[in-house]
Amino acid sequence: MTDTERAKLKDRIAVIAAWIVASLFFFPIFWMVLTSFKTELQAIAVPPLLVFEPTLENFSLIQERTDYTKYAWNSVVTSVGGTALALLIAIPSAYAMAFNPSRHTKDILMWMLSTKMLPAVGVLMPIYLISQKLGLLDTKFVLVVIYAMINLPIIMLILFNYFREIPKEILEASRMDGTSTYNEITQIVMPLAWGGIASTALLSIVLCWNEAFWAINLTASDAGTLAALVASFSSPEGLFWAKLSAVSTLACAPIVVFGWLCQKQLVQGLTFGAVK
Amino acid sequence: MKSLRNTALGLTLGVAGASMALAGELTIATVNNGHMIEMQKLTPAFEEANPGITVNWVTLDEGTLRSRVTTDITTKGGQFDIMTIGMYEAPIWGQRGWLQALEFDADYDVDDILPAMRNGLSYDGNLYAAPFYGESSMIMYRKDLLDAAGMEMPDNPSWGHIQDAAAAMTDKDNGVYGICLRGKPGWGDNMAFLSTMANSFGAQWFNEDWTPALDSPAWNHAVTFYVDLLTNYGPPGSAGNSFNEILALINEGKCGMWIDATIAASFVSNPEQSKVADVIAFAQSPQAMTKRGANWLWAWSLAIPAGTNQAEDAQKFIEWATSKEYIELVAETNGWGAVPTGTRQSTYDNENFQKAAVFAEAELKAILSADPENSTLNPSPYVGVQFAAIPEFQAIGTAVGQQMSAALAGDISVEEALEASQKAADREMRKAGYY
Repeated sequence: MTDTERAKLKDRIAVIAAWIVASLFFFPIFWMVLTSFKTELQAIAVPPLLVFEPTLENFSLIQERTDYTKYAWNSVVTSVGGTALALLIAIPSAYAMAFNPSRHTKDILMWMLSTKMLPAVGVLMPIYLISQKLGLLDTKFVLVVIYAMINLPIIMLILFNYFREIPKEILEASRMDGTSTYNEITQIVMPLAWGGIASTALLSIVLCWNEAFWAINLTASDAGTLAALVASFSSPEGLFWAKLSAVSTLACAPIVVFGWLCQKQLVQGLTFGAVK
Repeated sequence: MKSLRNTALGLTLGVAGASMALAGELTIATVNNGHMIEMQKLTPAFEEANPGITVNWVTLDEGTLRSRVTTDITTKGGQFDIMTIGMYEAPIWGQRGWLQALEFDADYDVDDILPAMRNGLSYDGNLYAAPFYGESSMIMYRKDLLDAAGMEMPDNPSWGHIQDAAAAMTDKDNGVYGICLRGKPGWGDNMAFLSTMANSFGAQWFNEDWTPALDSPAWNHAVTFYVDLLTNYGPPGSAGNSFNEILALINEGKCGMWIDATIAASFVSNPEQSKVADVIAFAQSPQAMTKRGANWLWAWSLAIPAGTNQAEDAQKFIEWATSKEYIELVAETNGWGAVPTGTRQSTYDNENFQKAAVFAEAELKAILSADPENSTLNPSPYVGVQFAAIPEFQAIGTAVGQQMSAALAGDISVEEALEASQKAADREMRKAGYY
């Protein structure tokens, strides 16, 4: 076997391995979508059915029972709102850390990241009580604030890495021309790091969209997101797999389409700095 | 920039303000069970009859519902005007003053509510929750398999008979298992069933001085029997099975017998859901040393938290949803086979219901025979059949449930499981100051 043939074989193996891994990741989604078109009896059939007469019964039942649009709108508002608020705080912070680092900058970043290791349930009661005292239970506002806070460490870390790539000389030149810090951020740093900011925002939107713990625990009838809607379809007594699959499909669909459209930026954001 | 700032401020105030609760708007926390969903569908009838009241539903799975309503009621969160709670919470929360006592007028006919349900939801003579649907536990079995084995099922079988029947019905080569029982850990999961089984073997949760009694020979006997039964004649992975997993198995014809909530009878006898609907029959829960406490008692009920500002409207809704008229409305809409059961004597007296529900007689018999105040062979200090109605029980029941599930999975022996359970229960009771 020549070197070229060996290289080709390696490529083929790599491609096959990639397809296998991708299929493993995709299978649960495929099964969820498939089950959403089954009846409850077909959904629990043993052995599982691959060929069956599809039904839209579950989707019409969801439309009948719930206000999907309201939940979807709440997801959009809280995801976009949480991301916008987080960026508003993260951009100036990352700017300060990237261009005016101190001895403790890395420690501060690590400390911020370490808050992600805290189990959410550990702070449920304090946050619940604060929200209650402020009259913010079951409002989108409280989710916007919480989503911003829980994603802030990751957003800051990614932006910090992006900003560090900007040559300091550009900023120094602008300072020589008397540019204010505000203008430096908005007119120099942000346009130069626009791709990074966009991919970070996309990642944050996806994370907010998928968040379920706070959405389920802090909302009731008004501010519930799609994650809360999905949770409401689990039943302790009675078959629910087909209906649950249908509502999960409806909850995932917008963000999957969104992710598909923005996959280039998302991958760029997720792999930034991975190959240096 | 100014306009951007204004937009942001507007959006902030908008999202904060848009959710303020309005007077006349009832928020009800409930669980995603079939009867509850039906209640949601029929709510427009209530709203029409009570102009000015609108109803918002918050539907949650059982575990989340429990944690949400507990958090809300202990912090006086005020998120819900009506809560769906069970027979465990009602007397404890009523005693603590967290729930409003319910008072109904003569038209409601509170005496029509089955005494077992009324007593289980009361404290000190006050009713703190109205039962929406109630249940006990009983045997559901495949008559065709039992007939083929040349056996019969008496109405009050012994556990020995159940073991023989399970052995005769098991056909592992064809994926048919003689018996399916709950194994998933949880005080409302495997321990609900195991408590009733232990009761019938003469065991109890606590001695009269509140010391845990899990190290008794009766518990050992009961749990050993349970583990052996499921190991020999149960489906693989029983340690992870709860109501829905077993419902799926029995509907597929994979289980010979199932001992569980009477509400399951309406699912397994429904040809639209079950492949074996026409061969399912019912009997009372098995007994070993005693009939006492052999079948559980539970009611999903509606209660009003003490902190709500809309108590009057909430009371109106509960009165409507748990009335005889509501049951008739469900019957008119979906037929008598779909009405919420286990709450009112008048439902069981109704001929149409008797015709539509093949399980009616067995269900009523099970509910009437359950006595939460006298559920153990020897005297015990607590009220409750499948639980002890004390605040500490949730933690104890869950810890013990994990040990039982581990014993069923074969990870530890029955003796080890009971020893660890006794220690956990003892620690919890000492901490709570019982002795």
